[in-house]
Amino acid sequence: MILTVFKRELLSYLATPLAYLFTVIFVVLSGICTFYLGSFFERGQADLAVFFNFIPWLYLVLVPALTMRLWAEERKSGTVELLLTLPVPALTWVMAKFLAAWLFVGFALMLSFPLWLTVNYLGDPDNGAILAGYIGCWFMAGGFLAIGSALSAATQNQVIAFVLTLVACLVLVAAGFPPVLDLFTAWASNQVLDLVANFSFWRHFLSISRGVIDLRDLLYFLSIMAFGLGITVHLVRHTVRR
Amino acid sequence: MIELQELQKSYGALQAVRGISFQVRPGEVLGFLGPNGAGKSTTMRMITGYIEPTAGEISVMDHDVVANPLKAQALIGYLPEGAPLYGEMTVSAFLKFVGAVRGLKGQELEQRFNQVTSQVSLRKVLQQPIETLSKGYKRRVGLAQALIHDPQVLILDEPTDGLDPNQKHDVRELIQNLSKDKIVIISTHILEEVEALCSRVVIIAKGQIVADSTPAELAEQSRYHKSLFIRFSEEAAALDKLGQLEGVMEVERVDDKSFILLPEPGASLLHPVNSLIQDEHWDVEELHIERGRLDDVFRRLTKEDAA
Repeated sequence: MILTVFKRELLSYLATPLAYLFTVIFVVLSGICTFYLGSFFERGQADLAVFFNFIPWLYLVLVPALTMRLWAEERKSGTVELLLTLPVPALTWVMAKFLAAWLFVGFALMLSFPLWLTVNYLGDPDNGAILAGYIGCWFMAGGFLAIGSALSAATQNQVIAFVLTLVACLVLVAAGFPPVLDLFTAWASNQVLDLVANFSFWRHFLSISRGVIDLRDLLYFLSIMAFGLGITVHLVRHTVRR
Repeated sequence: MIELQELQKSYGALQAVRGISFQVRPGEVLGFLGPNGAGKSTTMRMITGYIEPTAGEISVMDHDVVANPLKAQALIGYLPEGAPLYGEMTVSAFLKFVGAVRGLKGQELEQRFNQVTSQVSLRKVLQQPIETLSKGYKRRVGLAQALIHDPQVLILDEPTDGLDPNQKHDVRELIQNLSKDKIVIISTHILEEVEALCSRVVIIAKGQIVADSTPAELAEQSRYHKSLFIRFSEEAAALDKLGQLEGVMEVERVDDKSFILLPEPGASLLHPVNSLIQDEHWDVEELHIERGRLDDVFRRLTKEDAA
């Protein structure tokens, strides 16, 4: 049954211009970021580090645009009533919607393959590390999507869902950056500092994107997903259904 | 059987439904009436497991809807208020999706799909995106998705709302032709629909049941029950004579030529009026006994409650 629902969700992306827009913008922006902002050629290194460095920021803007409609749109248009009176558990709906979005983002990510071809043409990169980076991107996308899914289920308004998701994800990404951490160094103990830094998407993503797949980093993203989806299920059962 | 026991739903301080109990047996078509905001949709949403009741119990074919909604939902076909649909899907894709989620596969799905789409006359628009359809077609798609798994229980929230007279007629015919062992609950504002379709009426006002009977019994509560309508072929000064007739409680003047005679309880008016017509040599164009008016009863029941 989850397969039926998953298929419908996935096809619904193809039926709206949103998906094409998302894919095109993602591919174009990631290219611009890599080549212009990231000085891909000037660096003279055969890797995709600059590309991966921009991915969290691209996702920060693009993923909320994708997730804002997941539940908010259904609540607004009333189709959620149709959905939740079918004999399907809330978990199935939540998972199906999430997996379809995750797969779709993965597909858009794969469309950046010309970059990979370019580095392989220009030099002799560590393709294992690049693969690790891609896996890192995909898992991070999963984290963003799960949070977006929860916040979309929390409101009927897509714009609110977008803004909330953007802010939540920004906090999670930025928590690992020195300016944010500096706010804590003044008064917090090292443990707290570590905790904040460890809570950041950035730190976990950085190590994967450098080619080190540590199980703990993947587990971190998986637990973010489990957390976000768990909240979504709760909201769908109790707030969306009223 | 559907059984509601002391069903309640509050939103904060607002009590939308306050203690509704009734049973519906297979073969019954229950008309669920009430003014806007009386709690019709809320009650239907609780039966279908969309909303959790604040208190009370609901069972559908012996499945507790609150404890085990999926079992109950599998037996129910539901048309929500306003018939929300996935606009970007084609009619065919949408109905097949609902069928598949409902557990239909392969040949069986194909067969049900063909049957339902011809039943509600959707064959012409199968490949059109739902959002491009007219209101009448959309409503029919909503009906088709409620019928696709041939449910034992059908719950339709205002199935004919916003349809033109022909479409209304078609939908009514469809409901009438459903197999006779189903449970059907229809909410509506249209009282003639109740008379045409329903074997039983439940009227609610302000979240409570104010009437539960057959349409005929309900009509008998009307002050127009067994009243006599008379129209003369020309203007007649008959008011006084009609009013003095035995058994007549009151005479209402409709226009210059027409009158309604309200009987005293238990009195029959046809014979005395007939004799009077012959005695006076009146030229009468129309004469009939009314069964009673549902709208009259509806108004009295639902307004009494408000007062």
